[in-house]
Formats: sequence, C-alpha cells, structure tokens
Amino acid sequence: MPDALLEGRELVKRFGKDEALRGISIEVARGEVVAVLGPSGSGKSTLLHCLAGIFRPDDGQVLVDGRRIDDKSEAARSTLRRERFGLVFQFGQLVPELTALENVSLPLRLTGSGREKAEAAAHDWLGRMELQDVSRSYPGELAGGQAQRVAVARALIGEPDVIFADEPTGSLDSMNGERVMDLLTSAARERGAAVLMVTHDARVAAYAGREVVLADGRLATPVVAS
Amino acid sequence: MAVAETMLGLLEERPRHGYDLKQAYDRLFGERRPLRFGQIYATLARLDRDGLVRMEALEQEEGPERKRYGITAEGVADLDVYLREALDPKPGLHDELFTKVVLAITSGRDAGSLLQRQRSAHRSRMRELTASKRGADLLGVITADRDLFHLEADIRWIDLTEQRLDRLRKELTHA
Repeated sequence: MPDALLEGRELVKRFGKDEALRGISIEVARGEVVAVLGPSGSGKSTLLHCLAGIFRPDDGQVLVDGRRIDDKSEAARSTLRRERFGLVFQFGQLVPELTALENVSLPLRLTGSGREKAEAAAHDWLGRMELQDVSRSYPGELAGGQAQRVAVARALIGEPDVIFADEPTGSLDSMNGERVMDLLTSAARERGAAVLMVTHDARVAAYAGREVVLADGRLATPVVAS
Repeated sequence: MAVAETMLGLLEERPRHGYDLKQAYDRLFGERRPLRFGQIYATLARLDRDGLVRMEALEQEEGPERKRYGITAEGVADLDVYLREALDPKPGLHDELFTKVVLAITSGRDAGSLLQRQRSAHRSRMRELTASKRGADLLGVITADRDLFHLEADIRWIDLTEQRLDRLRKELTHA
C-alpha cells in the first residue's frame, strides 16, 4: 500500500506470559476506514493501543507516514497523539474536572488555540452531537450515551490525521450510533483521515471499507463468500 | 426453503421412501414448516426427472407399493454445491440457512466453513447497504435499515451457532 498513513509491522505484544499480539501486520491508507473484528480476547484493543502509541510493542514496528513511532519516547508519542491522532474509547475517558465544553475544547487548547476560539469550535461540535444543553455539565452528570458523544466530539475537533475508535458506538442508541459513524466516516471521506475502529457490532463494521479479523492474536485468513 | 435440496440431503444419508422422507424431514425441520405428502412425491418426481435421484426398489410388505429412492452422483454434486455456497444475503433467509447448517452436519460436511462463508457474504452485503444510505432519501434509508437489522440478527445467530457446532454435531449425529 504505497500511501499507507498508518502501518504496523509484525507487531508482538506480551502481558506477562500471555502473548496478546503474535506478529500482526496491518496498513491503513489515507481516507480509509478499517474495522478490526474478532472474538473477545483476540487482541483487537491491544492492536489499537499499540498502533496509537499508547502501548509499546515488544517486537515489530509502528509507522506513521513511513516514520517509526514505536521507538520514540513516551513524551514524543504523547505529542504525536495530541497533534495527529483522535482517540475514541467505549467509556468516554473524559476529564472529570472539566465541563463537556472544556473537554471538547481541550485538544485545541493543548495545541495552542486561544480559549475563545477553542470554545467556539467546541460549541459547534457539541451542536452537531445535539449536546448544546449539556455543555456546562461535568462528565459525572452526563448519561453514558452523552459522555460517549462528548468523547467523539473531543476526538474529532482537532481534525486528526488518524482516528482510533474502540467500540465507538458502544453506549449509544441506534440513532446516535449512526450519527457518530457518519461523523467518523465523513472525516475519512472529506478530509482523508485514516480511521481504525475496533467493534463487535456488524452494523458498525459495515461502515468500514475493509475489515480485518483477529483470532488469538493473529490475523485470521479472509473468507470469501463462495 | 429449499425442499428439493433438503430431500437430497436426507437421501444422501440413505435411500428412503416417501413416508420415511417425511418422518426424517419433520423431525429435523418440520416444527416450522411440516411437509405435505403431495409435496414430497411431486419433488421426488422432479428430482427423478432431472436425474438427481433414482428409484432403487419397489417394496410391498403390507398395504400399497412403496418406491424407495436413492441419490445419484449428479444429486450428490448438486448437494455439494448447495451446501458450499453462501446464500444471497437478504432478509428472511434464516429458515434456509438453518436447513443448510443441519444438512451440512448430518451429511458430515463442514458446517463451520459454511457459516464463515455466509457471514462473509452477509458483511459484504451490509457494507453495500450502509454505503447506499449515504445521499439516499429517508425512504431509502429506512429500507436499508430494515435489511441491515435483519442481516445483523442473522450474523448474531451465525456467531452463536458457530460456537455451538460441536455440541450440535453430537446431538444431531446421535439422534
């Protein structure tokens, strides 16, 4: 894949004696949405965490734009995540001391935007998620689905090059799930972002242009219909 | 529901006459849709005409004569194709999918591969339907959603059945 934006090569990750990833290679191109499927414990989330630079693989390489990131310091990987990655996890992982508005504006503040500009953009994103009414609420005051949508807005506001999503619609009803998936896929379609999402939901996976299936820490052999 | 292919599957197990076929069919599949004798004999006649089964014996113990049918090599080849190919993913195929899985198991074929191929076909169709919603009017969207929810339910059943295949195989082959 000549224009792979994100690439994992022969990734191995161990937790004690357990080998969660056993040599997985994967590429995601600009504008591509890839779904990672597989049973519980197959290594889906570990793969996503390695590719996002949150976990450091025990073996193998992670590259963004052809440059290795797995050998960078934690601080350098953290900067990369802040500046180029958007992360959506099943359980929002919002900062509990900040309001919904402040949470959503945080990525822009951290990359140097002024408060007024960042909060105006955050207002806009909360509006797209139909969350205007809870902009001043703290995460502890939000329902699960609301917190999830705030997290999606926070992940997308900085227009990241790569979006990592782990069960992005896990706490959402069908309507809000569809709204979130439309936003994630339009980031790929309209801006050329690469989207990698872990899901067990067949309807969510159907938004992807391509699926990879993991089994026991490895890529499963693709099955053709006939 | 593919009655002809189902009958081929039952005849592959061993030659049977009409009454025996109905009993075997009803035991495995009849709960949802029992088969009428007329349907059985009409299907047997058609399969015979097409060379997929042939009459092997004319039996008469008590009562009327009974024709015992067996599957031909062409019939086995037809059944092979049927049990290997994924169904065209569309809502309402769950009865036939159920039948294929049971037949694959009782005939000693690879039901696991069949389920994997069907899941792959379903997912591919779900991607097409999801893409079709972009830019569609609301009627188009809810039509696609209706199909997507049905296909999703099928995939859940496929996933669960796949996990239960060993138990199901034991149950069906020892019944």
